[in-house]
Amino acid sequence: MSNEAILHEADVHTSHSNGHHDEHVHHHKETFLTKYVFSQDHKMIAKQFLITGIIWAFLGGMMSVLFRLQLGYPETTFPWLEDILGHWAKGGKIQPEFYYALVTMHGTVLVFFVLTAGLSGTFANFLIPLQIGARDMASPMLNMLSYWFFWLASIIMLSSLFVQTGPASGGWTSYPPLSALGGASEGSKAGVDLWIISMALFVVSSLLGGLNYISTILNMRTKGMSMTRVPLTIWALFFTAVLGVLSFPVLLSGFILLLFDRHAGTSFYLSDIYLASGEALPNEGGSAILFQHLFWFLGHPEVYIILLPAMGMVSEILSTNSRKPIFGYMAMVGSLFAIAILAFLVWAHHMFVTGLNPFLGSVFVLLTLLIAVPSAIKVFNWLTTLWRGNIRFTPGMMFSIGFVSLFISGGLTGIWLGNSSLDIHLHDTYFVIAHFHIVMGVASFFGMFAGIYHWFPKMYGRYMNNTMAYVHFWITMIGAYLIFWPMHYEGLAGMPRRYLDYSSWESFKQFAELNRFISTVAMIVFAVQLLFVFNFFYSIFKGRKVTSQNPWGSNTLEWTTPIRPGHGNWPGEIPEVHRWAYDYGKDGREFIPQTEPVGANESAH
Amino acid sequence: MVTNSILKQYTGAPMGNGGQRKKIHPYKFTLWVGIGSIIMMFAGFTSAYIVKREQPGWIGFSMPMLFWYSTAAILLSSITMQMALRAFKSREMGRYRNLLLITTALGVLFILLQVAGYYQLNHMGVRVEGSGSGVFFIIIFGLHALHVAGGIVALAVMVFRALSSTRRSYDVVPVEVTATYWHFVDLLWVYLFVFFLLIQ
Ligand code: HEM
Ligand SMILES: [Cu+2]
Repeated sequence: MSNEAILHEADVHTSHSNGHHDEHVHHHKETFLTKYVFSQDHKMIAKQFLITGIIWAFLGGMMSVLFRLQLGYPETTFPWLEDILGHWAKGGKIQPEFYYALVTMHGTVLVFFVLTAGLSGTFANFLIPLQIGARDMASPMLNMLSYWFFWLASIIMLSSLFVQTGPASGGWTSYPPLSALGGASEGSKAGVDLWIISMALFVVSSLLGGLNYISTILNMRTKGMSMTRVPLTIWALFFTAVLGVLSFPVLLSGFILLLFDRHAGTSFYLSDIYLASGEALPNEGGSAILFQHLFWFLGHPEVYIILLPAMGMVSEILSTNSRKPIFGYMAMVGSLFAIAILAFLVWAHHMFVTGLNPFLGSVFVLLTLLIAVPSAIKVFNWLTTLWRGNIRFTPGMMFSIGFVSLFISGGLTGIWLGNSSLDIHLHDTYFVIAHFHIVMGVASFFGMFAGIYHWFPKMYGRYMNNTMAYVHFWITMIGAYLIFWPMHYEGLAGMPRRYLDYSSWESFKQFAELNRFISTVAMIVFAVQLLFVFNFFYSIFKGRKVTSQNPWGSNTLEWTTPIRPGHGNWPGEIPEVHRWAYDYGKDGREFIPQTEPVGANESAH
Repeated sequence: MVTNSILKQYTGAPMGNGGQRKKIHPYKFTLWVGIGSIIMMFAGFTSAYIVKREQPGWIGFSMPMLFWYSTAAILLSSITMQMALRAFKSREMGRYRNLLLITTALGVLFILLQVAGYYQLNHMGVRVEGSGSGVFFIIIFGLHALHVAGGIVALAVMVFRALSSTRRSYDVVPVEVTATYWHFVDLLWVYLFVFFLLIQ
């Protein structure tokens, strides 16, 4: 069939048609394999990323429950743990090696597999073509490969949980020498090799995805969709992809050198090492700090790779559900841009106490604190968007508002940490844990939840259950603060991270009760996430059906597709765009879709 | 896959609504972004080199002659690649085919010279073991050679296509994409060569 033929056939439909009759345009033979497994439809790939991400989130969350059990009840034994975990929990107590394995895997899984692949992978895939008006990604093939590389990475990481010596245990940052010397600990052996291989595949997956997102956004927008008219989600996903494409390769180079240190006897990161046995290793002239530079050159952009998609979706959802234009669209784009640039210039703030030259340190302090400016602009604009809006408290909206709250709380503690003199005291304490869990972990999760609740009707043609959603929101919101707020105090008191038992410390004994409290809340919050997972899968099959094409009264293009769009998204021609995405409450109208031409007396945007 | 072919038409050709005139083909654009990310990886390696050079136990090296020859080979191959592209555009298919073959041969020659140059380095005492510069070469030059090898595979496919009589294609995009990539690995080598010349 030629291109012409398809278009003529498609001409029969108008772009506003909905319902089932238009599905016949796409009724070429699709087998189960091509439709659900090796799909090249961006919407299906998005769902694959999402569901894989949910599985990983469950596993990663479960790990935190296990180590919180240890932290909350260091004296107690749980015989059933030994039944499940065998020698990792000998005598019903989590063993030290296992504790380190748990925190390492928890960090790796949540940072990379859930909040990077699960978040960007899902929403970049789902929203980019739909919101810019494209049939699919620039290269559906690369896109499919991106998922399957992620899948491979997942399988390898998962398998590392089952090797005899356990998975990698040197922390999610995998600093050498722990990660470079197989003899350093049980968790430095095969687990680390699998970790590195898995992460290398993960980098490939991110690069393939990122390449595609960028060229799709820049090249495949529909007629009239200028870059100043795209929704903020698209801008955010664009900068996310740029950050990934430029920073992941540097991480890869760091990993390659690490592999050589592990297996070729080189000394990139190793120098002057004495084993506990008293034996001295021949390695000389390596620098463990070099790894930290390579790692954090990715690591800091990475935290924004996690956050920016959430910011974009929250901007979109806040505006839609306040029935008001987003406040300061260009300022939002500008601040995303500033954040993306600054993200590359601040990595050494993770290294203030590595013996970094104090003068250099103060340059990084300045650059780090500069990030507060675009961050504050964004917060201001979100709040002014909400201000006197006609707010509809949908679950997506609740999570978006929650996101803003968390971003403020966590951003403020970032300013503390960004001062090198304060960081000398706070580095590697629970204060850092609290900071990044609130601002990155929970906040991005909130962005993800907001996105799922908001776009679920588009993904599956059904709604999620609202009651369960509100329970999910309130318990998660309150729980998140109850878990992480107290950690600030522990950190200020100097309590270091990465220990499995604080009871032998006179200074930190006082926190035993608090730790128990935190652990209890953590378990409750985890249980509520299971409610979300149930809601998600239940609603896919049994949720209330969507009956109108545009249930949220939204302006963006994805809501001009049929309720259950086929591969190619629009049965007819792709609609043309005449205005920006934020004409809410304009000229006495609640909303004006992007496809509507600008009226005679109307000011264009 | 049926879906696939339909989508190609959707994505490869201009939009159905007669919409966007694309200034740059998405594949070419994707290549450029990919190039950006390859550059970052090598920037990571060369900055690691700079950091490591300051550490105790460092042993330097001096540039073997063979790398000058390999540089010449790859520079020349860029010229023949460009000529091949010209020939393709003016539909001189015979000339195009020959130039493509020459380019491929020069690419292979480049890799062989790189391997030989690496052995020459080894001979001069620059080894993987220890904490000197030696190990960087196998990694940096090795990965660069891998990228060149990828280009050679692409060239081989083009040659094969040009030789097969059943498929006549005058689509210039694949040729341009390959040419751009080829020039890129060439320039990348020039950057590495100059970097190591200056720092040796
Ligand atoms: C005003 C903005 C921010 C500033 C000034 C800031 C500053 C810092 C500093 C100085 C540290 C290092 C603390 C230490 O290890 O001693 C840090 C850690 C961290 N920050 Fe931020 N931050 C900001 C926002 C963010 C955002 C938005 C995210 C994520 C979305 C984030 C994620 C992290 C993470 C993951 C870590 C810890 C990594 C680790 O050591 O395991 N930060 N932050
Ligand atoms: Cu940072």
